[in-house]
Amino acid sequence: MNLSFVAREVWEGVRGNFSMVLSIVLVTFVSLSFVSVAALLQVQIGNLKSYWFDKAQIAIYLCNDFESELICPSGAITQTEQIAVAGQLKSSALVPYIDTYYFESQDEAYQRLLDGGGELTAAQYLNPDQLNATYWVSLADPEKAALVVEAFESQPGVAAVADQRSYFDPIIGLLNGATLAAGSIATVMLFSAALLTTTTIRLSAFSRRREIGIMRLVGASSASIQLPFILEGLIAALLGGGLAIGLNLFIVENYLTDSLATELAFANFVSATDVLAVAPYVLGLGAILAVLASGISTFRHLRT
Amino acid sequence: MIRLDNVTKTYRGAGASALYEVQLQIDRGEFVFLVGASGSGKSSLLKLMLREEKPDSGDLFVLGENLRTLPQRRVASYRRKLGVVFQDFRLLPNKTVFQNIAFALQVIGKSRAFIETSVPDVLRLVGLEGKFFDFPAALSGGEQQRVALARALVNRPELLLADEPTGNLDPDNSKEIMGLLSRINLSGTTIVMATHDRGIVDQMQRRVVEIQAGRIVRDAETASYREVPSGPVELSEDQP
Repeated sequence: MNLSFVAREVWEGVRGNFSMVLSIVLVTFVSLSFVSVAALLQVQIGNLKSYWFDKAQIAIYLCNDFESELICPSGAITQTEQIAVAGQLKSSALVPYIDTYYFESQDEAYQRLLDGGGELTAAQYLNPDQLNATYWVSLADPEKAALVVEAFESQPGVAAVADQRSYFDPIIGLLNGATLAAGSIATVMLFSAALLTTTTIRLSAFSRRREIGIMRLVGASSASIQLPFILEGLIAALLGGGLAIGLNLFIVENYLTDSLATELAFANFVSATDVLAVAPYVLGLGAILAVLASGISTFRHLRT
Repeated sequence: MIRLDNVTKTYRGAGASALYEVQLQIDRGEFVFLVGASGSGKSSLLKLMLREEKPDSGDLFVLGENLRTLPQRRVASYRRKLGVVFQDFRLLPNKTVFQNIAFALQVIGKSRAFIETSVPDVLRLVGLEGKFFDFPAALSGGEQQRVALARALVNRPELLLADEPTGNLDPDNSKEIMGLLSRINLSGTTIVMATHDRGIVDQMQRRVVEIQAGRIVRDAETASYREVPSGPVELSEDQP
């Protein structure tokens, strides 16, 4: 089989069937855009987790005199109770999960409130006794937080244990929801792209039935008859995929990297690098689908 | 070259067999006419030889291959060994005479050098020297059929199958095509030609195989279209 001949056949096919090929390009463009968005949302979740989960700590709030009796039945934490909590932090059962920890007294907590709250609104009405002395625990493995939380929750003298990671749950939930939405749209669109490819290849084969008839008669191999059609579908899908990645790059560069990311630096947004990292998978998915759809179509309509 | 052993072919949905226990042998270098009414089984026989259809039973050997057992992946290479022409020429209207023939070689992967020498050769053989760059629409029926013939011959097949090659041509053009086929046959190519054309068969005086309702009813060397003058009913049946 002669490559320049195959290339010419593909070109003839694309030219003779331009509007249909264009429609494949556009449908794959839209569907792969959604695939890419879904992937990038997951990357964003990963970014958030890897950036913030390392910094997120567990706070073990100790009882003070102002806690309700339900939580702290014996009032403020006693010396013995605090020694027990400190002992627990150093116990061999928890040491593997704990990276570092430090103690923040009520006065230090009050001082932090004064330093941090610019207008002192909270601090104005509070005094150190109303705040909780706290053990701030950094974890070796943020995924094991539940284990540490559990160990202290029922400890006498502990008012509450807070996992800062849980502050991210709503954001991650939102991103996961968006992923699901983008993924669902992508699935429907990819399905229609596959159907459209099948129909287009069929039309393309029909419009070239004379050529195909002659190719069969003179003994062209099935591969050389089918290859131009499969390539036609593949090229259309790759063009669509290329456009999808281009659009994603444009959006990420202009609306995240250059604007939002400068204002919301803490969010650690996805960047062009992430789009390019996702790109091979997006193109690969488009390519596999196109080859399958056009392959099935040509196999059904172009047998020797 | 060709041997059919009890070949039977029935199309799905059709009551009677298109071909029923056909027994036939054609040797290298022969020129054989297949004659018979429309629907008698001539075309079915050619389709079997082209391996467009498979026999339901019986063995069919062509050019050393058993076409009943020939695997699908070898059909293409089998077809490269034979040439075919049809009543409707089957040329590509958007390609020139030269391109039409070159196309048949390109699709089986022949080199440009091979194409550039063999296409002019075969066009000269069929007498179309001056028409290389004409499009089929600019040619007469006889010339179009000669292009089709050139395309069938360009790969130097040992066997040429012709399905009513003169069916669309006037008597003069038919005569020309038959002269050409005779010369091709003289150079050693076996020719099997299905036809309705009584005049041609009578004039050529070659082997005639007559098929009726899927059975071979006559197989005669150097014969005419009909052995004995036939009744008017049968004659009218033969008209297309």
